[in-house]
Amino acid sequence: MVKKGEDSIVIELRNVERHYHMGDNIVRAVDGISIKVKQGEFIAIMGPSGSGKSTAMNLVGSLDSPTHGHIFLDGEDVSRLEESDLAQVRGRKIGFIFQSFNLIPNLTAKENIMLPMMFQGLEIEEREKVAEDLLKLVNLEDRMNHYPGELSGGQRQRVAIARALSNNPDVILADEPTGNLDTKTGEIVLEFLDKLNKEGKTIIMVTHDPNLAQKHAQIVYWLKDGKVEKITRKKK
Amino acid sequence: MIQDYFEIAFKNLKHRGIRSWLTLLGIFIGVMAVVALISLGSGLKLAVASQFGLSSTELISVQAGGLNFGPPGSYVANPLTTKDFDAIKRINSVKQAIKRNMRSGKLEYNNKVVFGYSASVPDGNDRKFLYDQLDLTLLQGRMLKDGDLGKVVVGYNFYADKVGLDKSVTVGKKVLINNKSFEVIGVVDKRGSFIYDNLVLMNEKDMQDLFAYGDVVDIIAVLPRDKTNLDKTKTDIETVLRDRRNVKVGKEDFKVSTPESSLAQINKILNGVQIFIAIVASISILIGAIGIINTMTTSVLERRREIGIMKAIGATNSQIFFQFFIEASLLGLIGGFIGAFFGTLIGLAGTAGINTWIGASIKPSISFALIFFSLLGSFLLGGIAGIVPALDAAKQNPVEAIR
Ligand SMILES: Nc1ncnc2c1ncn2[C@@H]1O[C@H](COP(=O)(O)OP(=O)(O)O)[C@@H](O)[C@H]1O
Ligand SMILES: [Mg+2]
Repeated sequence: MVKKGEDSIVIELRNVERHYHMGDNIVRAVDGISIKVKQGEFIAIMGPSGSGKSTAMNLVGSLDSPTHGHIFLDGEDVSRLEESDLAQVRGRKIGFIFQSFNLIPNLTAKENIMLPMMFQGLEIEEREKVAEDLLKLVNLEDRMNHYPGELSGGQRQRVAIARALSNNPDVILADEPTGNLDTKTGEIVLEFLDKLNKEGKTIIMVTHDPNLAQKHAQIVYWLKDGKVEKITRKKK
Repeated sequence: MIQDYFEIAFKNLKHRGIRSWLTLLGIFIGVMAVVALISLGSGLKLAVASQFGLSSTELISVQAGGLNFGPPGSYVANPLTTKDFDAIKRINSVKQAIKRNMRSGKLEYNNKVVFGYSASVPDGNDRKFLYDQLDLTLLQGRMLKDGDLGKVVVGYNFYADKVGLDKSVTVGKKVLINNKSFEVIGVVDKRGSFIYDNLVLMNEKDMQDLFAYGDVVDIIAVLPRDKTNLDKTKTDIETVLRDRRNVKVGKEDFKVSTPESSLAQINKILNGVQIFIAIVASISILIGAIGIINTMTTSVLERRREIGIMKAIGATNSQIFFQFFIEASLLGLIGGFIGAFFGTLIGLAGTAGINTWIGASIKPSISFALIFFSLLGSFLLGGIAGIVPALDAAKQNPVEAIR
């Protein structure tokens, strides 16, 4: 991995809008937001339910295309590219963590972690080795061959973190990663994110909990009705 | 990479419900029918051809009854007579002709009764001609001679205890045929043919005494003068018999068959059966393909979320397509595998059944190629059926799917 300078911008959203048509109505889920994400930052997107956090997150992760505005990934304008054109890049540069874990039920913990590497065309031996190392990292080496249904919520989310890390991406996107967990297990997950951030990963976390946002993130984007209401920075 | 797709597809299939397996019934039945048909069918053809085909390729046979598939000697309204036989002998293009009678009767031995066929052997020159044509090798004893009375030569199956007498019939033993005692003077070696191996041969006079058929002739075998032009002799015989029996062209109550024409007729019937089974097989395979389309479409709907996740973690559209495509192919392959397995069983069991039934020893025509191509075929069929559902899977919107 090429180490980028502290100031290099990984992802930029410039006046991005995302509209949904609901019958005759147009829902402006994201209504003109601009976000700059620099290498190594921990950013939180904060807002009440329905404020457009997930929609913004999908745009940042290039799972979705904007109705208006521009999105830059490593300086390249990807706004008009199809989701599928970006799949390879996304799989390599971005790791997703979801509120509801989103593991594949028919695959074991280890196989779930191996999957993103398979899509990148890595050899099986390498995939197995990386997956085993990551399972150790999230303290689940003894649950290697368990299926998601056999794991607790906290364990599943740790598998999901390991999966997000498997292609060693620059950026981790976490959408309400503790939303389905109790406070204690949630803390463990957040500690992992902090640790990853210290090791140089860029973290973008979506949450509706202002305390969480302010405790862990250096920069918080406060969203309301699809707009950025304010931006706050933690004093170093 | 490709084996990864297979591995994942296999895992997904393992977690499928009973309903998706039921949809494989079509492919299963279709492939089973095809494999059974081919492994049995060509064996059957071979068997029938060897049973009814005369050993000589130059003899023409004449029988009464027009389109009659019954064995020689079964009842016909207007049988051939010795006068018909004499008329045929006088035809220019006929070099030699012999008349024979075949009758069913009961045979007793070892306090057991079986039913079978006796066939007559003519005297003199005709006897020599018949022996030449039949080309029989004896396992024991000798062939019948002119003047032999109360003596029979029996087929191999009597010796091999395959006719239900529970005891081997050997030279010197006495058997009762229609309550009259006969001495066995010869046993014919194995021919692998129902007709030859179950036959009882006796001289014409004994046949006449036993069955009293008067001047009726069951079958006339004709050797044409020109071996290269059997059809000419056939036409001549037909003309003479039409005239004698006063029937019009197309309304014949007799049948003149060259070896080729009888073979062609047998093949026609068998082909009919094969076409029927082939149609049944095609329909089931079509239903099977629809079943796979159906179960894959359902599966894509059920796994929308999974597809969304895979896209989020970097799967391209073609990778998603490939995953579902392989899964459908594998479904087809599994259906085909089970079908081929049971089809092979039917082929083996069926052939064994035919063999014991007619006392022949046909081998089932099961080949590596047959199995290979039926498996390849079902794999491809599954894949083709999976194309549309897999395309459907590939173009799922990940954001919609994960929401
Ligand atoms: N696919 C969609 N179709 C229609 N409306 C949508 C869709 N996705 C999101 N929305 C709407 O956009 C708004 C923002 O949604 P979302 O980004 O999920 O909010 P949050 O994650 O902050 O709760 C909501 O009003 C939601 O109903
Ligand atoms: Mg949300």
